[in-house]
Amino acid sequence: MTILNPFFGKYGGQYVPEVLIPALNELEEAFISARDDPAFKAELSELLVKYAGRPTPLTLCHNLTRGTKTKIYLKREDLLHGGAHKTNQVLGQALLARRMGKSRIIAETGAGQHGVATALICALLGFKCTIYMGAVDTERQKPNVFRMRLMGAEVIPVKVGAATLKEACNEALRDYAASFETTHYMIGTAAGPHPFPTIVREFQKIIGVEIKKQFLEAEGREPDALIACVGGGSNAIGMFADFLDSKVPLIGVEPAGLGLDSDKQGATLERGSDGIFFGAFSKNLQTQDGQIKESYSISAGLDFPSVGPQHAYLQDIGRAQYVGITDDEALEAFVLLSREEGIIPAMESSHALAYALKLMRQDPHKEQTLVVNLSGRGDKDIFNVASILEQRGCVTESGIDLTALRGK
Amino acid sequence: MENRFETRFKELEGRHEGAFVPFVTLCDPDYATSFEILKTLLKGGADALELGFPFSDPCADGPVIQKADKRALGSGASVDDMFALVGQLRQSDDKVPVSILVYSNVVVARGVDKFFADAAASGIDAVLVADVPVGMLHTAGDFTQCARKHQVGLVLIAPPNADEQTLQNIAGISQGYTYVLSRFGITGTETAFGKPVRVIARLKELGAPKSLLGFGISKPEHVRQALEIGASGAIAGSACVKIIEKNLGNTEALKNELEAYVRSMKSVTRL
Repeated sequence: MTILNPFFGKYGGQYVPEVLIPALNELEEAFISARDDPAFKAELSELLVKYAGRPTPLTLCHNLTRGTKTKIYLKREDLLHGGAHKTNQVLGQALLARRMGKSRIIAETGAGQHGVATALICALLGFKCTIYMGAVDTERQKPNVFRMRLMGAEVIPVKVGAATLKEACNEALRDYAASFETTHYMIGTAAGPHPFPTIVREFQKIIGVEIKKQFLEAEGREPDALIACVGGGSNAIGMFADFLDSKVPLIGVEPAGLGLDSDKQGATLERGSDGIFFGAFSKNLQTQDGQIKESYSISAGLDFPSVGPQHAYLQDIGRAQYVGITDDEALEAFVLLSREEGIIPAMESSHALAYALKLMRQDPHKEQTLVVNLSGRGDKDIFNVASILEQRGCVTESGIDLTALRGK
Repeated sequence: MENRFETRFKELEGRHEGAFVPFVTLCDPDYATSFEILKTLLKGGADALELGFPFSDPCADGPVIQKADKRALGSGASVDDMFALVGQLRQSDDKVPVSILVYSNVVVARGVDKFFADAAASGIDAVLVADVPVGMLHTAGDFTQCARKHQVGLVLIAPPNADEQTLQNIAGISQGYTYVLSRFGITGTETAFGKPVRVIARLKELGAPKSLLGFGISKPEHVRQALEIGASGAIAGSACVKIIEKNLGNTEALKNELEAYVRSMKSVTRL
């Protein structure tokens, strides 16, 4: 029996082999005792401030919104140590792992941001570290693979299936089933079996807590919408969690890939159906027989055929809205933010920004103030984006020409 | 109504034998060959069959069974085909106990009630859902209730680290047999098997269905050891599937090697 409710409405649960239940129970107990322990909270807070660089700024875009009545604020998780919001929750989970007496940490990673975050905290706290990453992703996110190895992590490319995040998750679960006595599985998103979705949300909640305070200081009111990208959904749930009881519209942006109605997309909430995958009842991209399909996105971090169960619940009860942004729309936002504001966003976060731009363009005269979670920085993406833009004929001597991306 | 597993265990007891139960993935490498494989397993002397429904993401299985699942799905086999294949086997043998191992999403996608109805109709005696622990059985459509309604046994897995409460729940709910894990981890023969003496003894005291030991069993001596520590039999999966993998494209050789293998594993079950 779990102590906390493992479900969000009908979503969530603990659909794992029986052998893993004692390990999940141990983790839940450690989490509950830690969150009420002043010493734990103090140590986590110290790490967040002095090691990771919190609080991150809330930056008002100066040029991107010119000529419209829209204001866009960026929550700058890209400035967090490690380059993405992932660092927030690995600090918490690593302290839990130490509390449980584990000596080794394993993790799955898609874009490599969670892998990098895991590797850095393992280096700091002296854990042995193994990262599972799809072989396709180790190729398209090479800089992050080297970062992880540089910080002492072992990176194992997973070659089965589509060789992306889904397979990395399976492989990490297999490792965990054999090694849980000495090993903590540091799930990187607000998905997986209970208690992971709850733990990850609570450690990411700081994003929204800071936004609430910073936005109030800047504008003296609540934002008109919060916008975050959703793969597994950790940066989005971290942004939303402190606003769930408010009336502020919450918008999750999924990867529509080559189009929401194409075969090449990863919009689990918009195009998926109910089912069990990766330890939880949630929305999945799947066949009628329940076989999990391969997702697609230009962004490795959003390329996942399932989603955290709390998002499925928030969609179900209508508290959050989930929309799609295509590869091309995200690429355009990637280039625009770089060019107009001097900030290179992660391809994942570019999806969230692209939706804010869409809202702005829909009605340039509408007064609205949007907050976009800039969940990560885009340095890891530049080689991949450069080669795509070159193929598309967008790279000219005088700069990047976006016409080819906008042409339909 | 007495379950075929119970009947078979009684017969074996009368003959002072333990059970050898081979596992293969249904429709690996395709429907027609798979039917030949099932008949071969019986010809070799299998006391019961445990058959896997292939799944895209078999997280409790090692690379050998993972590849088998991929072959089966790659052949275009559907869940309808799995039920049809077991049904075809049942027509040629009304006595052999048959259980299936399935991942929860395949059950949920079909509808839990319909899945168990179809299982019953095709002559499946028991269902083991690899990724639904005892604490989750009442959720997502209520596995226990649907299994009981259609008189299909629900086989539960007892891992070496199960606590007293879990063992009591398993003993109370499991039907057909209890799948006792020899060790932590996933299926496959790469890691040696362990001896969960405590779990087997406690399950017996609690009146659980007979224990079959699985994970890491590939040689006759493993079957022997399983019986010596009090299990009623042993299940070998990856070892059987390896023989299929090795002989792809040569069904005659496959059948010969598989039959000889099952015979060798069965030959040591006399108590």
